[in-house]
Amino acid sequence: MTLLAVEDLGITAGGSPLVEDVSFAIEPGERVGLIGASGSGKSLTASAVMGLLPEGLTAYGSVRFGDRELLGAGERELSRLRGKDITMVFQEPMTALNPSMRVGKQVAEAMLLHRTRDRRAASKDAVELLERVRLPEPERLARAYPHQLSGGQRQRVVLAIALANDPALLICDEPTTALDVTVQARILDVLADGVRERESALLFITHDLAVVATVCERVLVMNEGRIVESGPTRRVLSAPEHEYTARLLEASS
Amino acid sequence: MALALGRKVLVLVASVFVASLVVFAFLAVLPGDPAQVALGLNATPELLARTRAEFGLDRPLVTQYLDWMGGVLTGDFGTSYVTREAIGPQLLDRLGVTLWLVGAGMLVALLIAMPLGTIAAVRHRKPSGAAVSALSQLGVAVPAFLAGIILVQIFAVRLGWLPSGGWTPPVRDPVEWLRGLILPALSLGLVQGAVLTRYVRTAVLDVQSEDYIRTARSKGLRPYPALVRHGLRNAAVPVLTVLGLQLATLLVGAVVIERVFVLPGLGSMLLDAVAARDLLTVQGIVLVLVVAVLIVNFVVDALYTVLDPRLRRS
Repeated sequence: MTLLAVEDLGITAGGSPLVEDVSFAIEPGERVGLIGASGSGKSLTASAVMGLLPEGLTAYGSVRFGDRELLGAGERELSRLRGKDITMVFQEPMTALNPSMRVGKQVAEAMLLHRTRDRRAASKDAVELLERVRLPEPERLARAYPHQLSGGQRQRVVLAIALANDPALLICDEPTTALDVTVQARILDVLADGVRERESALLFITHDLAVVATVCERVLVMNEGRIVESGPTRRVLSAPEHEYTARLLEASS
Repeated sequence: MALALGRKVLVLVASVFVASLVVFAFLAVLPGDPAQVALGLNATPELLARTRAEFGLDRPLVTQYLDWMGGVLTGDFGTSYVTREAIGPQLLDRLGVTLWLVGAGMLVALLIAMPLGTIAAVRHRKPSGAAVSALSQLGVAVPAFLAGIILVQIFAVRLGWLPSGGWTPPVRDPVEWLRGLILPALSLGLVQGAVLTRYVRTAVLDVQSEDYIRTARSKGLRPYPALVRHGLRNAAVPVLTVLGLQLATLLVGAVVIERVFVLPGLGSMLLDAVAARDLLTVQGIVLVLVVAVLIVNFVVDALYTVLDPRLRRS
């Protein structure tokens, strides 16, 4: 059964369309890239899937997760899926964590919230998750506050939160864009291992084609609010059919 | 942590010392001879000299300062040149009244501002949020004494539920004390609460659009719990700043309410002392007020570091 089926998704801001006619599907365990220039509607599409569109924006069409329709679903139902079955990693790690809460507690909260662990197990597993995303001295870091961590370390913490409940689908919105290149590669490693171990599906948003080539099996190309091309990563990147994709490739080579 | 606190205490003590110097020096250089003021214009030079000697005003300023501060540290603020009564006991009584009034008033303000400000922020796009905003705007515009008069009209004159003024010390009759405190505290709290509501609203609005609230939502927290668990503590920092300022201003500012409700507070005492040119009393009151403000700032400062781990030096 298809894990995520987006059909004719559109997003408007008070009448003016931002995203139109977006349709795609993700199978369980599949790793899909969503590429395009900034402003092409990638992040909005991801936010619509999460049901976390900014205020003032509305989505229409259909977003099916398993056999459940997410568009128009109640907050209660959505919040049960969020953080458990569908999780998300955002672009900016510096501000993604609560500055006044210890890191370990923020990781444990994800498990306590969905009752996937009891209190003691959650604290213990929080440290283990921090270790699995290859943070040094995880026990000490669990007791640290976010400002005591570097950007790369914070993004690992966010990733640990996103992986805590073994999600069926992980959405990453340019998770490495704000980080420097050496850190990027290591985060991607941890990310790829994380989804592989859990057999989670991945929707990976980026404008970095090299990253897509290493992480994703299939790729969707977005331009001006529409999907203009899709197919196996290798095929799209070596023999683009759409003129926009060709330009995107040219620009990045 | 303990080291940082120790440093802050040192700064507090140094500030109090400097403040006492400034207060003393300022009143010493003011024109006007306290003995002359006390005795009136027709006093003979001999009588003036004798009175100066009696008050110790003929000694060098340094000696006078040390003598005064030495007394203050043991709770002895000297004897008023005008009333010839000890200043210290009265000062402490008055301070007690003002502290109860301001404390109760700010408690009312907080109880109003925390929920209303949060509601106004969470529902800022809805009519109910806008209504709370408008109401707080109105509250800011109402002077506290007017609120006091209206409250007296309703609850004391019409309904007769509560006394219209006067002060009963809590040790004498706790029930009467509380009944007497309710209306003044409400008058103060309603207006300050309206001011504070606006700051709480802004702080919560700011926090709501923070990335970590979005992270909390993506973890599966619903909007309101996300705000409460991850937002309120962070929103408390700017609110605390305003709260500290309000407290400091009210120590003297509550004088208006003290007058409306005939409460023997510190502000009234200060005004009376100024009117009677009772310089030593003014000096004592001003010092107490300065120290109180310094302590409020110290506590606010300490609370910052409790609320925000980024401000802690490790």
